[in-house]
Amino acid sequence: MTVAVNPTQTGEPVFYLADEHPHPEGYSTSLGFWIYLMSDCLIFAILFATFGVLGGNYAAGPAPKDLFELPLVAVNTSMLLLSSITYGFAMLTMQQNKIAQTQMWLAITGLFGAAFIGIELSEFAHMIHEGATPQRSAFLSAFFTLVGTHGLHVSCGLIWLVTLMVQVWKFGLIEANRRRLMCLSMFWHFLDVVWIGVFTFVYLLGVLR
Amino acid sequence: MSPDLLKLIFGRLTFESLPLHEPIVVGTFAVVATGGLIMVAGLTYFRVWGYLWSEWFTSVDHKRIGIMYMILGIVMLLRGFADALMMRLQQALAFGGSEGYLNSHHYDQVFTAHGVIMIFFVAMPLVTGLMNFVVPLQIGARDVSFPFLNNFSFWMTVGGAVLVMASLFIGEFARTGWLAYPPLSNIGYSPDVGVDYYIWGLQVAGVGTTLSGINLICTIVKLRCPGMTMMRMPVFTWTALCTNVLIVASFPVLTVVLALLSLDRYVGTNFFTNDFGGSPMMYVNLIWIWGHPEVYILVLPAFGIFSEVTSTFSGKRLFGYTSMVYATVVITILSYLVWLHHFFTMGSGASVNSFFGITTMIISIPTGAKMFNWLFTMYRGRIRFELPMMWTIAFMLTFVLGGMTGVLLAVPPADFVLHNSLFLIAHFHNVIIGGVVFGAFAGIGYWFPKAFGFKLDPFWGKLSFWFWVTGFYLAFMPLYVLGLMGVTRRLRVFDDPSLQIWFIVAGIGAFLVFLGILSMLIQFAVSFLRREQLKDVTGDPWDARTLEWATSSPPPAYNFAFTPVVHDNDAWWDMKKRGYQRPLLGFKPIHMPSSTGTGIILAGLATAMGFGLIWYIWWLAAASFIAMLAVGIGHTFNYHRDFDIPADDVIRAEDARTKLLAGAK
Repeated sequence: MTVAVNPTQTGEPVFYLADEHPHPEGYSTSLGFWIYLMSDCLIFAILFATFGVLGGNYAAGPAPKDLFELPLVAVNTSMLLLSSITYGFAMLTMQQNKIAQTQMWLAITGLFGAAFIGIELSEFAHMIHEGATPQRSAFLSAFFTLVGTHGLHVSCGLIWLVTLMVQVWKFGLIEANRRRLMCLSMFWHFLDVVWIGVFTFVYLLGVLR
Repeated sequence: MSPDLLKLIFGRLTFESLPLHEPIVVGTFAVVATGGLIMVAGLTYFRVWGYLWSEWFTSVDHKRIGIMYMILGIVMLLRGFADALMMRLQQALAFGGSEGYLNSHHYDQVFTAHGVIMIFFVAMPLVTGLMNFVVPLQIGARDVSFPFLNNFSFWMTVGGAVLVMASLFIGEFARTGWLAYPPLSNIGYSPDVGVDYYIWGLQVAGVGTTLSGINLICTIVKLRCPGMTMMRMPVFTWTALCTNVLIVASFPVLTVVLALLSLDRYVGTNFFTNDFGGSPMMYVNLIWIWGHPEVYILVLPAFGIFSEVTSTFSGKRLFGYTSMVYATVVITILSYLVWLHHFFTMGSGASVNSFFGITTMIISIPTGAKMFNWLFTMYRGRIRFELPMMWTIAFMLTFVLGGMTGVLLAVPPADFVLHNSLFLIAHFHNVIIGGVVFGAFAGIGYWFPKAFGFKLDPFWGKLSFWFWVTGFYLAFMPLYVLGLMGVTRRLRVFDDPSLQIWFIVAGIGAFLVFLGILSMLIQFAVSFLRREQLKDVTGDPWDARTLEWATSSPPPAYNFAFTPVVHDNDAWWDMKKRGYQRPLLGFKPIHMPSSTGTGIILAGLATAMGFGLIWYIWWLAAASFIAMLAVGIGHTFNYHRDFDIPADDVIRAEDARTKLLAGAK
């Protein structure tokens, strides 16, 4: 806050603000949300570390080579990356106050996100069907938990997305809703970044291992 | 009803789950239930439920939430200390073929509950409560950044405490020690509900702690009044900032590690199992990556309290403010680089152990710098031996001793001998009681008049002080000796009769501490009765230095009628010195957040979900989870969360203070 704190012209120090303006609504929100994201990032960091330590413990069970189908994972990755681009478009149209287009891009983002979750679930189902269950080895426990936690985050993001679409539909692109869309945007891109880590360290390096 | 249906409705909860065969637990339940009934009846008779609900439970006022945290901490202290007394008595008795009076099933729960309760539900609420109450006042803010979140955080902490307390009467608590190491805590060795109570109690409370950490960081970074640069913040605010950074950077680790343990227990994954590639030491590493920062989370605010108290009661500016700030920051960083010293015996090799041994020893440097800063603040000061100052001096003596035994334990070869011995127990009680508990008591004595408008009674306070300090030394010095003789922790019976005398002395010490706690409770009651004589009308009973003393005691809901402007480190001292005149005119309406019941409802649902998960009552868990989602989303549809305190109300409150101040002169 930039407020004159220098002595007044008479040389008397000013010890209080006679004319004060309250902080605008949502004044701390972006900082708070950033800190929350970093704490969430730590959750993923620990899950990555766990995967790093336990990821080679196959317990005579299936290894990444036997399980991962990179083409499917590539499709899945592109779903999520595209959803980030479309969310970006939603934010751009939001800046121009175009409610209908914002809603449309949000809906497309949601569809891409849902496709991502759907493909992930079918991948999981396929693995479990083949006997590669989370209980089979420490590697699979760590795999399902890391990837599943990411998927859970995306699912929460989808619920949040729908909620915000309803709120934008009911109340328009008011200041509070813009702030909320901004927070979800950061959350969504953050999940993208985490997924790039998952794709690289779990899938690509896993197949190489 | 068919057994299947019963199982569907009640999960694994049956009549046999109630510990009716344990006379001690039944007796406790009778006492607690009677006391609780009397309290509920009293509150109903005097018709205060509505008042409590609208003015306290749903309040988003940081001062009220802070006070509620303190009450939670003190109530839980009674429970945690009862466990301590039981252990001391058991260990003093169980010699010469005697089994003592606690069976192993019960005794193991007692030492686990003692540790969990003291750290999570006594020390944490006391520290968080003080930060909540004091920080916004010290930085000249009207409230925290996210007032609703603050209320929610508090109730989540309460939810965790409720689950842990419920385990005493419904089922049982973990028998694993306070960190629940696997494989013991895994489903194969702990198939009952004890560890599940542990997990869900901590998870529910942990959400609250993390959110409260984010909230206070934002408050300190964003809501400081004009002129208060970072290097003009009071040291307590600095330590609060560092502590909350530690909270946000460490509690997610606890969340994950407990989640992985739950997956092992509920789903049958193999993170921490002995077979299928699991690694129990992974758990031990992860939980200490949270656990070591945790001890600094507790002690840094205590350091801040001692800084405020020393400077106020020595009548001097704090010596070495800048070095105090840097020491705090260095401790914050180093606290992440020492976790392995909790298990040198893991077998990670000489190089790794040396690294962690050396980083551990390095922490004593900034801590020592702080110690000298306090000493130099006192040097040539006009020291007033009020109660907070007495706690501070007791802290300085006690903490140095505990710190030195800590450096001793940091030497890996010495640790191989002393690992998990009573020497370790003596060490960490030495620093946690000498640091955190004495700090919390200094803080309570110091800020009590600010919170309630009257000082605490000094006679009962001093009695409590002397009981506590002598009791502490009598209780824990014998444990150092026993530890050096090779006695390990968590033992229930002993063979060697020559050890008994040390345990008897320790038991006497614990009894003295009990008298100390009793005196403290009497002190609160006596102070309340004598509140007219002990009244603080000035708002500045100690002739103190920081902004919280610039407003009335207790402060109005809006804290400051006008936001203060700061020119110096000791802002209020500066204002007093330069003839600050309190404004009497020109009051305006003040924008404030509104109360909401959402926090307590959400936390209640989270607690119900935890209970359902503990007892495998899946419908309850699912229903509470869906209800939480609905209530949480519903809350976001409320866009009007603020109101204006009308100017007339401000004028009325400020005029009343003007009259009070005039009467004081």
